[in-house]
Amino acid sequence: MSKLDSKIPEGTLEEKWMKFRSTVPLVNPSNKRSIEIVIVGSGLAGASAASTLAELGYKVKCFCFQDSPRRAHSIAAQGGINAAKNYQNDGDSTFRLFYDTVKGGDYRSREANVYRLAEVSSNIIDQCVAQGVPLAREYGGLLSNRSFGGTQVQRTFYAAGQTGQQLLLGAYSALERQIGLGNVTMYSRHEMLEVVTIEGKARGIIARDLISGKLERHFGHAVLICSGGYGNVFYLSTNAMGSNATAAWKAHKQGAFFGNPCFTQIHPTCIPVSGDHQSKLTLMSESLRNDGRIWVPKKKDDTRKAVDIPEEERDYYLERRYPAFGNLVPRDVASRAAKERCDAGYGVGKSKMAVFLDFAAAFERYGKQQVLVLGIDNPSAAEIRKHGMDVVKEKYGNLFDMYKQITGENPYEMPMRIYPAVHYTMGGLWVDYNLMTTVPGLYALGEANFSDHGANRLGASALMQGLADGYFVIPYTIGSYLSNEIRVKPISTDSEPFVAAEKRVQETINKLFAIKGKHSVDHFHKKLGKIMWDKCGMARNEKGLTEAISEIRALREEFWKDVRVTGDANEFNPELEKAGRVADFLELGELMCMDALQRKESCGGHFREESQTEDGEAKRDDDKFAFVAAWEYKNQGSFELHKEELVFDIVHPTQRSYK
Amino acid sequence: MNLTLKVWRQKNAKEAGNLMTYPVKDISEDMSFLEMFDVLNEQLISKGDEPIAFDHDCREGICGMCSMFINGRPHGPKEGITTCQLHMRSFKDGDTIVVEPWRSKAFPVVKDLVVDRSSFDRIIAAGGFISVNAGNAQDANNIPIPKPDADKAFEAAACIGCGACVATCKNSSAMLFVSAKVSQLALLPQGKIEATARVQEMVAQMDKEGFGNCSNTGACEIECPKGISLENIARMNREFFVANLTE
Repeated sequence: MSKLDSKIPEGTLEEKWMKFRSTVPLVNPSNKRSIEIVIVGSGLAGASAASTLAELGYKVKCFCFQDSPRRAHSIAAQGGINAAKNYQNDGDSTFRLFYDTVKGGDYRSREANVYRLAEVSSNIIDQCVAQGVPLAREYGGLLSNRSFGGTQVQRTFYAAGQTGQQLLLGAYSALERQIGLGNVTMYSRHEMLEVVTIEGKARGIIARDLISGKLERHFGHAVLICSGGYGNVFYLSTNAMGSNATAAWKAHKQGAFFGNPCFTQIHPTCIPVSGDHQSKLTLMSESLRNDGRIWVPKKKDDTRKAVDIPEEERDYYLERRYPAFGNLVPRDVASRAAKERCDAGYGVGKSKMAVFLDFAAAFERYGKQQVLVLGIDNPSAAEIRKHGMDVVKEKYGNLFDMYKQITGENPYEMPMRIYPAVHYTMGGLWVDYNLMTTVPGLYALGEANFSDHGANRLGASALMQGLADGYFVIPYTIGSYLSNEIRVKPISTDSEPFVAAEKRVQETINKLFAIKGKHSVDHFHKKLGKIMWDKCGMARNEKGLTEAISEIRALREEFWKDVRVTGDANEFNPELEKAGRVADFLELGELMCMDALQRKESCGGHFREESQTEDGEAKRDDDKFAFVAAWEYKNQGSFELHKEELVFDIVHPTQRSYK
Repeated sequence: MNLTLKVWRQKNAKEAGNLMTYPVKDISEDMSFLEMFDVLNEQLISKGDEPIAFDHDCREGICGMCSMFINGRPHGPKEGITTCQLHMRSFKDGDTIVVEPWRSKAFPVVKDLVVDRSSFDRIIAAGGFISVNAGNAQDANNIPIPKPDADKAFEAAACIGCGACVATCKNSSAMLFVSAKVSQLALLPQGKIEATARVQEMVAQMDKEGFGNCSNTGACEIECPKGISLENIARMNREFFVANLTE
């Protein structure tokens, strides 16, 4: 008998959430005032949960490691946010968004969760517009949409290439409003370092004040982990430098199962690595694939400039392989296709590990429209191109500028060079329909949980999920737990479990300083990243994964013998922060490889070389692997696998085809 | 390329700081300015010295965390970018580069190049929002907004809250930051309802935090990595004037 109860409500798919909302136990407003909730993270999920729960009357404490909640990494999301509004009258519906998301996730997500996500997607757009989020508009004053990979409708709302920024600032303003009203206490520059459990329930956290270095104990009737994903286990990723798995990993070690850790999204359109000094990778929004065409030369090792390669000597390989979706195939498919071409020797640029993303056709297409609109007779080709460029500039100007800034090349003159990079982690803490982990009272929201994206996330769905969880799901689902907690008085932070938890944190810190080894934290992080990228990256196989596990174990041992952490504990010390995070990555990385090893099928972003079709597409094995892998922590390096079977009542899994 | 760095070192908010000189060698022009600091910090760690503390996070110019005052200019010599987007190709072999933290009474130094900008959060908490609880909203397309207004609101909303405007201002004024938020919300129909209270409360908090007044030198606009326009300050002054008249 599985330990996992997903608590999916009875009823048809369409009824589940509506019925649940109408019957979930409520907490009386006067009781809400005496219930405290700890929220770790202030991104889209954390900020929206904090503000909404405070609006309802709960006492909220919110923590972030940055100097302000406005800087959480949701801010960097570029492309957009999906919602089943059907404003474009192009056949969209809640069902279609649900269907696309389940299919895009390669049938490894829960139908009930995904349907709920699609249902509330519309409310998110309404809420954000009401908050003053300036989403893009048409001349008639109504909202504008664009299309995104893996779909055939236009359902993506956006604010130039800064959608995440605008949505986060909306959530941040709602959060600041509650801070101003005294309903939320904000702890910026604080890092959560332990979950406190009492009699099996989450009752608070230990956090370190990053400025004074002091450890603090905070009680909560419930704890929400909204700390984002763990892509930085690869060292190089599109995540922010500070993005980390520590909060989620500490929760895991206190009993929260970790779901599908190997499901990592490698984003196809990033700026390629330029050298050993590289500290992070920069994404070029997937929305660029709406107008850009991806190609490589037909000839191997072609060193000509892109503009000198004639049309007939170019291989638009996505259009060739996937005529139905072309350049708009899902991210996992596009990434693997780029890797395939580069591995076969057709890559471009100095490193040969890049492909072209070309806007010449878009300049011409938009230019022809523009000259008509502007009433220019007999325009020259140069005029058409110029007007087309203006249109492209309005749509993606900031991305073009960013590219130029980083590479020193002008993308209006020559095609961009792009290559896949680690971007998002679909895996995360296992949660039930209420977003509760296997530890009662401990919740996980947004990228930190595993729930909605299966084995691959579609573009513009991360923002949707983060805000859905915070604004519209947790305010209801948390009631089913807290309604039984109203008699629990705040537990003293001088009680034994808090003291013991703080002691564990203090001992780890002491241990890190005591090593006084030879190598910096980054040295170990880079080594771990290389193992993960080479052996648990875009393509995985049994031999590589087995090697990776033993290499990570050896590296972890070396880390604990030879890392050098400078400064001391009672001060602002970024090296200590990094050391703690890398120590956790060194454990999580091993689990990711173990998970990838047990999943002997290919699905979504997880590509096992042993499981592919004749033409190199990912091949799922639904008989054996239609389950969520939920790992229970036993001891360091020892985990027990639990399986949550996935049942598909509505969408029948088929081999995904974008041809 | 080889460079000489003069960097502000300060142990914490209480102790006095000073400029320290560090040579750095073999810097690639493809490195970002912060990656050059990573290299320097690796050197310091390997010698057993304490690395230089500096704020940074997304390293793609959007989180607003990085904040270096480089050769007398916030975010360095190039316009329209943050420190993390500055690349070493903007410097020459043999250059001496002076790096200081943001300097303003309202941004006290935490350590080395790290400052405390929580005053900005408190200004937003005072009124930089529209009071709408989750679940209250009507359909997003019920109120059409003229595209030019929406575009202007977006341009103002592009502010990343880095504080370069304050750092460069001889008066340490936060007018560009505050006016960007006031403008964004004043330009939208949803924001008009609370416009009067908003501008008054945000300005009152700004004064309370110890930011200086605006004397229209325009340095903030030049140094803003996101191109936030001085027009916003004019709009805020108008909003403030009208708010006080209607009281």
